[in-house]
Amino acid sequence: MTPLSQLLPGQFGKLASLNPERGVDQRLMALGLLPGMVLKLVRKAPLGDPLAIEFAGQVVSLRLTEAENLIVDVAADCPIQRPAQP
Amino acid sequence: MSSPEAGLLVALVGNPNTGKSTLFNALTGLRQRVGNYPGVTVARKSGTCELSPGQKVELVDLPGLYSLAAASPDEQVVIDALAGNIAGDRRPDAVVIVADATNLLRNLFLASQVAELGRPLVLVLNQADVAKEQGLRIDAELLSRRLGGVPVVLTSAWKGEGISDVRRAIARALTQQTAMRRVAWPVNIVGALADVAAAASADTGRPVTEADAQRLLFDTNTSTAERLGWSVTRREKILRMARDRVRNSGYNPMAAEPLVHYAHLRTALEGVVIEGIGKASRTAAVDGLLLHRVLGPFLFAGIMLGLFASVFWLAKFPMQWIQSGVDALKGVVAAPLDTMPMLQSLLTDGIIGGVGAFLAFLPQILILFLFVGILEDSGYMARAAFIMDRLFSWCGLNGKSFVPMLSGFACAIPGLLSTRTIEDPKARLATAFVVPFMSCSARFPIYALMCAAFIGPVYGAGWESLVMVAMHCVGLFFAVPVAFVLTRFVLKVKPQPFVLELPRYQMPKPRDVLWRMWQNAAEFVSKAGTIIFAMTIIVWALVYFPRDPSVAERVRVAHAGAAPEVIAAETQAAYVEQSYMGRFGKAVQPIFDPCGFDWKITVGVLASFPAREVIVSTLGVTYSVGEGAKADSQHLRQAMQAAKWVEGPRTGRPIFSLAAVLALMVFFALCSQCGPTIATLAQETGGWRWAAASFVTMTAMAWLAAAAVYQVVIRLA
Repeated sequence: MTPLSQLLPGQFGKLASLNPERGVDQRLMALGLLPGMVLKLVRKAPLGDPLAIEFAGQVVSLRLTEAENLIVDVAADCPIQRPAQP
Repeated sequence: MSSPEAGLLVALVGNPNTGKSTLFNALTGLRQRVGNYPGVTVARKSGTCELSPGQKVELVDLPGLYSLAAASPDEQVVIDALAGNIAGDRRPDAVVIVADATNLLRNLFLASQVAELGRPLVLVLNQADVAKEQGLRIDAELLSRRLGGVPVVLTSAWKGEGISDVRRAIARALTQQTAMRRVAWPVNIVGALADVAAAASADTGRPVTEADAQRLLFDTNTSTAERLGWSVTRREKILRMARDRVRNSGYNPMAAEPLVHYAHLRTALEGVVIEGIGKASRTAAVDGLLLHRVLGPFLFAGIMLGLFASVFWLAKFPMQWIQSGVDALKGVVAAPLDTMPMLQSLLTDGIIGGVGAFLAFLPQILILFLFVGILEDSGYMARAAFIMDRLFSWCGLNGKSFVPMLSGFACAIPGLLSTRTIEDPKARLATAFVVPFMSCSARFPIYALMCAAFIGPVYGAGWESLVMVAMHCVGLFFAVPVAFVLTRFVLKVKPQPFVLELPRYQMPKPRDVLWRMWQNAAEFVSKAGTIIFAMTIIVWALVYFPRDPSVAERVRVAHAGAAPEVIAAETQAAYVEQSYMGRFGKAVQPIFDPCGFDWKITVGVLASFPAREVIVSTLGVTYSVGEGAKADSQHLRQAMQAAKWVEGPRTGRPIFSLAAVLALMVFFALCSQCGPTIATLAQETGGWRWAAASFVTMTAMAWLAAAAVYQVVIRLA
């Protein structure tokens, strides 16, 4: 279990938990990032912050401080999927 | 505001980057009206859409959003507009949801939330061509059945495909009241929602809909409660109990809404999208280049430099045409009015000059909006914000502040207008507040005059260019702490998380870009134009009146035998000296004395408040070299070099000492001397409060900095 902010570019992880009380996490949930979903840290911005993550067929940017509360399970190393289209 | 004809109203709702505006333009054919929602700076775009010959409806394009859990003013407008809670606006008779066909699940979340309002719906799956290219086959009929018979239309608005199907579907939704199947809430949540609705209705005595109850229960945002006027203490008690009830059913109350909706949609979408073999999206590959750790910033700098150079240089030519057109018109109008000098001056210097000064901004506005439109519609704007965010986030701004601030170096007006691309209201306001600090092109003439007359000849070209560069940085140097203080201590708006979609790259549609460019320009002309015009006339009158003929007579006697040009210039100077502005300048000169300004410079400073570039020609008049002085005028330079203090402790010493020259430039770098900027700031921030705050802050900073520079340099030199 690691915070999303510590993933390396290109690394996959399965979202273990987030904090639904926080505004950032509410936004991400609205975009479809729910516990159990596989995501990928696509890249970091040239200055190291913010991050670009991919999940459910979209790429979204968020700041390092905002990624700290998102806990991912990196052992679940599986390719990115589009849950909309089984 | 509602249109005068009380026809049917249809609302267009969807996620950002779905091609919603392109669809809107296609449906309305540019028969559009742009207004503002009351009390907020959110534009209301509406137009007439002909469903079939003779059947017209009003179509309103609501701001793009991902969820009804509103955080920003734009999003709040959508919720209020859909529920019919906006004063003067009707509740829509039907809602068209625009979804991106390539990412149905995420796009349908908003649709499912809107379905809770129970309005007739149409579901448009746009960008169907891209989905097809990616190998996705979408069974629209199956989806329609799964969602309870709501019309589902596949379109490609960019190519103009499927538009007539949308018109037919809207007509069907209006006649058959096609609602979308609603989500089945777990029984405990149904109970909690009923509790909230009943308590809120009993406490406020107002009807509370199910949709209202959902916003009250699921959101931390309190705007719905404030609209209903539900007291905080009662509300908190009821909501705590209701949320506990949700928690008991195994759901975190703050996560329940997306969890339930997404589970519902996953089932509804099963078998709807069949993934075949298609071309992989090129977006990832392009991002590999444009967001590359080393190459990315270089490409970014190149693109932004190109944008800045275009605004700065490309606009020069049309601005010169406007200027020469204005000058020619002045000549034509002035000639037959030689016997009526007052009317002549009012028409040429006041009216034509005022309109011309403000039309001169148009080329820069048009060019900037052309480029901003291309950057936004292509998808690069989000990448630019991604690259720059780190540099701006620490002082409360965000990556999207960069383009407005950069364009501020050409002209603050287009910079202010482009702050509309910033979603976070706090960052938007702070960015708008600091944009006027950037050293715009109208500050250039005074730097050029001062450097060429006093820095270059004495200290050499090296120092001259160094001072020029330094002057361009002064504003930025002050802007950063201002933004920091503003976002940290002054603005009470809740900051928004910087969650930004990096959308698929797309070819911008020329018609959309040009249309938006035109709309922005038209809004600037109609709103800021009148204010700028009024200010110009007032300053003209202050410099012109009173005009006693005995002044001219005295000058003629004193300069008997001099050349006619000299007499004309001296007469002009004498008139200005005894005008209201001249008298006022002499009276307030003591205020500017610590900055080393004499009364002539003070008059120049005061007359420059509507438009700072006026300073050079005003100095031309007060230093008796005649009107029409330019920054490279040899006469003006010599007159200023020769100017000496004639009274006070500094009598006999040159007015334009190094200290005064630097102080004057610093003053102009910081002072809020631009009527159009103030008018635009008021327009963009929704009132005169922030415009007044900007004026006072910048002018006070200018005075303090100029006085500090003068006092320090005069002691060192």
